[in-house]
Amino acid sequence: MPKIKLPHRSPHIDMTPMVDTFAVVLTFLLLTTTMRQPEPANVDTPFSISEIKTPDFNTMTFLLAPDGKVFMNFDNGPDTILKYRPKILAEMGKRYGIEFTETELRNFEMQKSSMGVPIMKMKEWLSIDDNNLKKTLQTGIPMDSTDNQLANWILYARQVNPSIQACIKGDTKTQFLVVEKLLDILQEKNVNRFSLITSLEAAKINLEEIQQ
Amino acid sequence: MAEVIVEEKGKGGKKRAKKVVPRLDMTPMVDLMCLLITFFMLVGALSKSKVMDIILPERIKDPTKQEAPRISASRTLNILLGPDNKIYTYPGAVKPEEYSAVPPVLPPLAETDFSAEGIRKVLLERNRTLARRIAEFNQQVLSGKMPLSQDSARNYVSRMKTDDDTGPIVLIKAYKDANYGNFVDVLDEMNICGIARYTFVKIAWYEEKMVEAAAGIASTTTASTN
Repeated sequence: MPKIKLPHRSPHIDMTPMVDTFAVVLTFLLLTTTMRQPEPANVDTPFSISEIKTPDFNTMTFLLAPDGKVFMNFDNGPDTILKYRPKILAEMGKRYGIEFTETELRNFEMQKSSMGVPIMKMKEWLSIDDNNLKKTLQTGIPMDSTDNQLANWILYARQVNPSIQACIKGDTKTQFLVVEKLLDILQEKNVNRFSLITSLEAAKINLEEIQQ
Repeated sequence: MAEVIVEEKGKGGKKRAKKVVPRLDMTPMVDLMCLLITFFMLVGALSKSKVMDIILPERIKDPTKQEAPRISASRTLNILLGPDNKIYTYPGAVKPEEYSAVPPVLPPLAETDFSAEGIRKVLLERNRTLARRIAEFNQQVLSGKMPLSQDSARNYVSRMKTDDDTGPIVLIKAYKDANYGNFVDVLDEMNICGIARYTFVKIAWYEEKMVEAAAGIASTTTASTN
């Protein structure tokens, strides 16, 4: 009987379909992840056991830096044609007698990170591109009783987008006085519901501990 | 990295232009993509921050028309956030004639901390029945005895909390040296212990004095004016 000769070949798997699927998954993940914007201040949020996710839209976020500066951020709304950001800025401009040009409004719309510029310096802030220079202008939004710009930002943000929700993102070491002041201003504007942004931490209590 | 596999033909044949099938080895590419996918999946899942909702009672704008809600002193527990991550608690309320007396008669403060043995124990002691019911319920949901979705389980727990009328009413007050982390920690503790009724109120001047006395800080003049 003649021996059956198996053809001597190295096994070679065609990986093209695998690469295809991987490419699709990768593109999907790339498009869906939102890049974290560099914030003007480093903030370490405190931990909590809450598992509610941060809403993506209709939020106004107050960033409380450990040195007491307050920054604010709001989104454009669930649809880009809503253009909440430029509308809010235009309202603010009207209130303080500053007229913003089309390009400035568009610039503001594209801004993703929080802003902490007094409204008088807003034009200057929007005109420069250098990030370091921009940072020096970020002195926090004034919120004294004599010049309460933060209250006006809240007012117009809520006027333009009635379903806006207040989120507070504070550093663990932020003085409570700053937080209390912010809560005061918000409550004056009839905002009584806040979302505190925290990082997730696992804490469990078991039945035995309670039954002791 | 292209690996070109050329099949050897029998020896001695005429040399001919061989048909070359170029074949790319895709293994490194697959490896790389695998890594990238893992990275993006992890980043996407972990970077999302969580929120904790808190609702404060509406501000009373006109004290002549609206009256502050009355709460029973026997169920009240006051938590004062002090400096240096300390917590002070005292039960009940201070009556007007007590704090306006000269010198004011102020209840002693009990000092605790943020550890599991500290404030959590104090809260669980006063909230035992409700906390046990919530814990038992959660256990049943987790073990699968009670098939409920996450949302309806959460609703059930919040209904248990509204129906409860034995647990403490916790008033959280912050001394001016407290920080935001303390505030969030204490609210988190409320959620862990399943406290049904808690709110944040402004600290009164006599409570500031109590904290100062307990922490051994010199009294500030601004505290006593209002």
